[in-house]
Amino acid sequence: MNFPLRIWRQSDRQSKGKLVEYRATNISADTSFLEMLDIVNDELTERGEAPIAFDSDCREGICGTCALTINGQAHGPKHPAAACQLYMRSFRDGETITIEPFRAKPFPLVRDLVIDRSALDRIVQAGGFIAARAGSAPEANSMPVPKHNADRAMEAAACIGCGACAAACPNASAMLFTAAKVSHLAFLPQGAPERTLRALKMVRQMDAEGFGNCTNTYECEAVCPAEISASFIAKLNREYARAILQRSAGE
Amino acid sequence: MIVALTGAILMLFVIGHLLGNLQIFLGPRWVNDYAQHLRDLGLLLWLVRTTLLIAVFLHIYFTVGLALENRRARPQRYQKRDYIKASYASRHMVVSGLVVLAFIVFHLLHFTARKFNPRFPLLKNDPLNHYDVYSMMVYGFQNVYVSGFYIIGLFLLTLHLTHGASSFFQSLGLNDKKLAPQLAFGARIFAWLLFIGYSAIPVAVLLGFIQPAQKL
Repeated sequence: MNFPLRIWRQSDRQSKGKLVEYRATNISADTSFLEMLDIVNDELTERGEAPIAFDSDCREGICGTCALTINGQAHGPKHPAAACQLYMRSFRDGETITIEPFRAKPFPLVRDLVIDRSALDRIVQAGGFIAARAGSAPEANSMPVPKHNADRAMEAAACIGCGACAAACPNASAMLFTAAKVSHLAFLPQGAPERTLRALKMVRQMDAEGFGNCTNTYECEAVCPAEISASFIAKLNREYARAILQRSAGE
Repeated sequence: MIVALTGAILMLFVIGHLLGNLQIFLGPRWVNDYAQHLRDLGLLLWLVRTTLLIAVFLHIYFTVGLALENRRARPQRYQKRDYIKASYASRHMVVSGLVVLAFIVFHLLHFTARKFNPRFPLLKNDPLNHYDVYSMMVYGFQNVYVSGFYIIGLFLLTLHLTHGASSFFQSLGLNDKKLAPQLAFGARIFAWLLFIGYSAIPVAVLLGFIQPAQKL
């Protein structure tokens, strides 16, 4: 298969970037999207040109490192999947493919398609953890958790922190990410003592990073590779409202 | 949250206003008596009007603030953009809202301040000195351009509410995975019922089903 490519090239944060045209030739249908970029990069290197910088790590949809907007969709046209789980058979032969970085003000560009997502780490650092020493895994039945809560917590914990939600959001809002992290701990007894402060601090940090606001368009859940439901955003809204009420009641 | 709550107040008004106005199909007495009852409320009427005005102001003030923040959150736009789930209505709330605002201003000048139509001042009051709202509505809607603008305004309100009416629940946290599609569907039905109800009035007038009570 052959593909005309339009790829965002930008040498650093200050310089002005633009879409540059390339060609991917003789690509097997079973090549993964990132392997296709590797092939293009090999050719660029052979020609003595600078290869296209892009992030990847596990290449099996677990780590959340790859962050590409492909043809206007975060992680590309196949959902739910991270860009690394996308194969060239998902495209028509000869289809023009546009590749851009995840775009949001809190994701400053490093080079080409590589962005800095430490804003998400700082949201987690603001309260997305349990402060007490948890020690090693306890005996399973020492702290009973209702099945429903365990399931919901697991669903939320599936978030791989890739940032696709913010990249796809028309408002560049990171509500789905923050909602997953807040909900995950809110459903578990271990998370209960810090529940109120966690919701307040994480939302405050999310706003401070410069993310936009959620207007309930649900574009985030459509691109999420971990299938985090936007109903967790309703959960975050509940958690936040509860936290505000508790704080104003002096608790 | 303020946007959701003020939006809900405005939605309640829109429902009540429709029910009041649909009495035009029951004849001049119903509408004129209804209008007179509203005026007789006196202070209470002004209380409701003030509440609505404050709700409109807060609703716009906060949404415009949010929209500006949202624009700032993505200084470098995508060169190519494809939406999967975000509806047209959800992505154009500011535009639809501003057109609806312009429509409300026109509507208030038109029927509350009774501007734009040379016939409005000619309508005679009844023996009890009550204004003939029924004939005013009919003469008002007999102008195709006016009715056209009403229908456009209503269409944008409908678009606004297809997203807004279900968004209300999500923003207040009154939503979950099972409820979400039902609420989205319910909001669409609600918005389109309002559209049908409201636009039935100018359409009925234009088609001649409703004639003025006073000939001028």
